[in-house]
Amino acid sequence: MSRDQAHEPGRGGPTRRQLLFGGAVAGIGAVAAIGTDTLVRRDGRGSETSEPDMALNGGLSVPFYGTHQAGIETPPQAHVTLVALDLRPEVDRDGLRRLLRILTDDAARLTQGAPALADSEPELAQVPARLTVTFGFGPELVRRGMPDGSSAGALPTWLRPLPAFGVDRLEDAWNDGDLLLQIGADDAFTVAHAQRMLLKDARSLTTVRWTQSGFRRAHGSEKSGTTMRNLFGQVDGTVNPAPTTPDFDDLVWIGDGWLAGGTSMVVRRISMDLDAWDRLDRSGREQSTGRFLSTGAPLTGTREHDEPDFEATTAIGFPVIPEFSHVRRARSDDTSERIFRRGYNYDDAPTGDQVSSSGLLFVSFQADVDTQFVPLQRRLDELDLLNEWTTPIGSAVFAIPPGCSEGGFVGETLLGDGS
Amino acid sequence: MSARLFTSRRLTSSTRPGTPGRRHLPTVALSVVALVALAGCSSAESAPSGTGSAANGSAADSVSVDDPWVKAADSGMSAAFGEITNSGSEDVTVVSVTTPASTALELHETVENESGSMVMREKDGGFTVPAGGDLVLAPGGNHIMLMDLVEPVVAGDEVTFTLTFSDESTLDFTAPAKDYAGANESYEGDDMEGMEGMEGMDHGDADHGDMDHDDSGAATTTPGATDAPDAGDE
Repeated sequence: MSRDQAHEPGRGGPTRRQLLFGGAVAGIGAVAAIGTDTLVRRDGRGSETSEPDMALNGGLSVPFYGTHQAGIETPPQAHVTLVALDLRPEVDRDGLRRLLRILTDDAARLTQGAPALADSEPELAQVPARLTVTFGFGPELVRRGMPDGSSAGALPTWLRPLPAFGVDRLEDAWNDGDLLLQIGADDAFTVAHAQRMLLKDARSLTTVRWTQSGFRRAHGSEKSGTTMRNLFGQVDGTVNPAPTTPDFDDLVWIGDGWLAGGTSMVVRRISMDLDAWDRLDRSGREQSTGRFLSTGAPLTGTREHDEPDFEATTAIGFPVIPEFSHVRRARSDDTSERIFRRGYNYDDAPTGDQVSSSGLLFVSFQADVDTQFVPLQRRLDELDLLNEWTTPIGSAVFAIPPGCSEGGFVGETLLGDGS
Repeated sequence: MSARLFTSRRLTSSTRPGTPGRRHLPTVALSVVALVALAGCSSAESAPSGTGSAANGSAADSVSVDDPWVKAADSGMSAAFGEITNSGSEDVTVVSVTTPASTALELHETVENESGSMVMREKDGGFTVPAGGDLVLAPGGNHIMLMDLVEPVVAGDEVTFTLTFSDESTLDFTAPAKDYAGANESYEGDDMEGMEGMEGMDHGDADHGDMDHDDSGAATTTPGATDAPDAGDE
């Protein structure tokens, strides 16, 4: 199936030229620009293609150093790969320090469009395309990283596998991990090279447990800030705290301890049964979520960000937004039970009789998994019509340490000599 | 970007000699603090090397080593790379290098021999870095050869080197160890990745079979391979 459905006329959809340039040129610079130009001319629509001063997106970069790691508040890039690594048995606290130092150095360079140290393909590093690399720690890494003789206080209580949910059909191949790399960029080529460099530097100390890749719309295909759609066609992620606001800071950032300035990350691989979804008519689809497919507006509203009115009823007395709908079930009266979502779609090669193997790479950040994510997921587990078509098949929780400054390394608040 | 974690400038060395490697990380970490403190300085402001550097105007004062790294290896040989920059108005010559990590080191160059093969050999007279220029040490080219590792150099280790110039001034720098498949002195016959790094790197004067450090433990030296290297490595 095509992921790029035709745009509705009259909505300011991109022109053919914008689509081509936005999608193809961002990554590979002048070479791609020439190729695209030629391509368009050949099909007879070349009159508007010559644009030598066209702005390229590949040179855009996101600062690496800072109070928080990049890749959380960063507006989501078009592509992401999550890599979960397992530590080799012999890796101790000193080994972790070596590992995180070297990975930090790689990430700091690559995100700024510079080759990593000993980069054997330095030319591939020249297009950062808003590359970010975010590091997360699983419970085993934190245990091994704690200073000798310290109590277990460094291990947050929430840093453990999520409680089992009834809807879960978890496959171990997608679960857990000791060290997480979230590698995001607007160019899949950039992601691939960064991933390769980071894994080369980690391989003597780690093994790859799983990798998961996801995508959103290509950079430039849509106005930035447009809420993502998932492969069900739903606008997915409307209710999300806005980065850098006090509300976001309260919900996401941890205030004290070695994780001050850090957060927690929940990764859930949620299989979406597109083939069964196909059998549901449009009205049924909208009832299941409580939102209109066209705009993402609640069934009681007209615009995406309208507040849902859960009291509104139909002429015959039923709630307009059904009790079993995703929007209703996700909403808590307790406003602290909220999370920041930054997920992606995945679309794997189907096997056997399947015609799709697709889903959502659910990613959320929150200061406390147990008090924010778990109650929300419990409500969805108990009742959410969407569960009919969605199945969590992977689950992992990571502590996201704070960022670092130049000369420091991510994880130094746990692994540094002073801690 | 100018002061990355591993961009070594001149160090005021608080590192004791003989303390590379993972067994001495607290000390290494101290040296990193010094590194960070100095990394923001321009080379003109850098403190002189901590070990016997001559006064201002020495070769060491005009030289910096950027982006140094050393290839991780379990035993035997390894090599160090980076960019040596001479900001001074006179050519400088590196005549020797020492590191606690290896009992012996050599400055190597890669040149074409009589039969057209690229071979590595010890550089007579050392490395000369032209005034206002730089010398790149890279796999397949010039490099600092560690002839006999004292202990394994593992990824992320920080190895301290001391360059000695022809005027006897010295310059310390610290290089992180990187797990790197190239820069091999010998290779596995079925490992194309390994071959790329070794092309043309023929040490005629020693058995380098023990440099292989492939994790698989399956490394084998292909007899004769180093006698007939492929040229053309770019």
